[in-house]
Amino acid sequence: MITHFLAGGLERRINIVLALLIAAAIVVPVLHLMVPPSSPLHMPTYAVALTGKYLTYALLALALDLVWGFCGILSLGHAAFFALGGYAMGMYLMRQIGARGVYGNPDLPDFMVFLNWKELPWFWYGFDHFWFAMLMVMAVPGLLAFIFGWFAFRSRVTGVYLSIITQALTYALMLAFFRNNMGFGGNNGLTDFKDILGFNIQADTTRSVLFAASALALALGVLVTSALVRSKYGKLLIAARDAESRMRFLGYRPENIKLFAFTLSAIMAGIAGALYVPQVGIINPGEFAPANSIEVVVWTAVGGRGTIIGPIIGALLVNGGKSWFTGALPELWLFALGALFIATTLFLPKGIVGMWEAWWRQRRESRSIAAILPASTGNPVESPAE
Amino acid sequence: MTIGETTATSILYLDGVSVSFDGFRAINNLSLVLEPGEMRAIIGPNGAGKTTMMDIITGKTRPDAGEVFFDGKVDLTKHDESEIAQLGIGRKFQKPTVFESHTVEDNLVLALAGPRRAIPALFHRQTKAEHERIDEILQTIRLTARRNELAAALSHGQKQWLEIGMLLAQDPKLLLVDEPVAGMTDAETEETALLLREIAQTRSVIVVEHDMQFVRDLGVKVTCLHEGSVLAEGSLDQVSGDQRVIEVYLGR
Repeated sequence: MITHFLAGGLERRINIVLALLIAAAIVVPVLHLMVPPSSPLHMPTYAVALTGKYLTYALLALALDLVWGFCGILSLGHAAFFALGGYAMGMYLMRQIGARGVYGNPDLPDFMVFLNWKELPWFWYGFDHFWFAMLMVMAVPGLLAFIFGWFAFRSRVTGVYLSIITQALTYALMLAFFRNNMGFGGNNGLTDFKDILGFNIQADTTRSVLFAASALALALGVLVTSALVRSKYGKLLIAARDAESRMRFLGYRPENIKLFAFTLSAIMAGIAGALYVPQVGIINPGEFAPANSIEVVVWTAVGGRGTIIGPIIGALLVNGGKSWFTGALPELWLFALGALFIATTLFLPKGIVGMWEAWWRQRRESRSIAAILPASTGNPVESPAE
Repeated sequence: MTIGETTATSILYLDGVSVSFDGFRAINNLSLVLEPGEMRAIIGPNGAGKTTMMDIITGKTRPDAGEVFFDGKVDLTKHDESEIAQLGIGRKFQKPTVFESHTVEDNLVLALAGPRRAIPALFHRQTKAEHERIDEILQTIRLTARRNELAAALSHGQKQWLEIGMLLAQDPKLLLVDEPVAGMTDAETEETALLLREIAQTRSVIVVEHDMQFVRDLGVKVTCLHEGSVLAEGSLDQVSGDQRVIEVYLGR
């Protein structure tokens, strides 16, 4: 059943993206580890970490697109799910430090020793185990999205009101995580990681594996999303976006259809966050900042919402641009981002992928018309059906 | 016949139903009985409460007072929209409402009777029986040729038909059809009357309509609503000859 479901997501363009991601998961580690640094083909450490980070952003954008592009839920708080997944991973990495912290306490992370805490809070239990942390990476954002969505969709909160409360959600979480006595490291967050699964987190091989894991996670995200939107459920998702009341009077419960996608999307965002943290080496409450969630919306809009490839292209391009811009003209970056969003809304309402599709369709139509015209004396009846 | 017997045999039974919005009585002590297999036309001036009545039957609005029973025994005031739809009441809106970014066929696929939950829909595969049923409906609503086109590309009248087709796919016992010929050409209006008569052979139907020629084409019993209650009931000639009906339509 599952294989049939996933096979339903395969389609030419999706296959190309999957192939590219799998190729990247192999080629980048090879260029980083096997090609000597003297060669122009060698991929330096910072480039591996940077592109790996972009891939986690692309997964986050894809997660947002599932609910925004396909179901019309404009979430302005998706970075919260990303950050929660990141914190769950960060807690595991903190426990891996063990007695190697500045204070050398074998039982407590440094920030707890600093705050004069005597024992580990109950919600840190279990994070010594990788499997438990990975479970929490998915369960915490998923559960939060489920509870939030349950109340919001059931109360038929939609449109801009829903966007505002998602924004409030991430803002509230940011304020909470800034507090020292929450037990998540306050405004410093979690950092100074040493190992992951016993491997040095700074090592070139570890970085290569993390990059490959990010590429494969994104590939899996693409496959699942594609299968989902091409199934009957995906049609219901679009139906809920376009005519919710029609759906209700057909006997469906749009709130449940939305809730499933919203929860799944939050889990995808959580996984993205968990892959992000070991690659950048830190997670702090700044990740909950409302502006972060809005940036995700910009990536998705630029690439093309309601398409699967769009958010990935958008996330890679905008973040590539950001890295260049913040190096060359740091003070102008936010203006550039704002201008980009306005320009996209005005001139490319369907984003880059939407524009490309429209151009392609036009070209094909004009070609088929050109093909008909000289032949029209021969058999005019068949051709217009093309 | 006592009221108890009427409830037990009727497909739809409204008794003493009232509802007000901010002090305005949209429905005032309304009573109406529909027999199984019956088609009924509801007429009445703007604000007579026709759409509100449909809202009450389909669970969108809860009445302040009165009884609403479906199929003899089901108390509709205890259910919400999607439960009522699954019990077997289909509703066509005044403004044609279809899924514009889906094809004509997909619109019908989503409407087809069957499980309504999210997870089964993930693994759903279209069966041969479903495919045949869709072929059948497409023929009934005269849209076979446009099967693979987006619903957004249909004309206004065709969207109305598609929506009626979606109701058929839902396989309801009772259809509520709100102004099906608004904005249609004369030819389309005639076709629609034919279509509804065809549908009424197997199901109960309530049609709300302003177009008197269309109501005449339907040739069924007519109920005239005014200020939220029944003003007159009978054949179209009887109702349109009623002095009170003439008064509310022409103004005093």
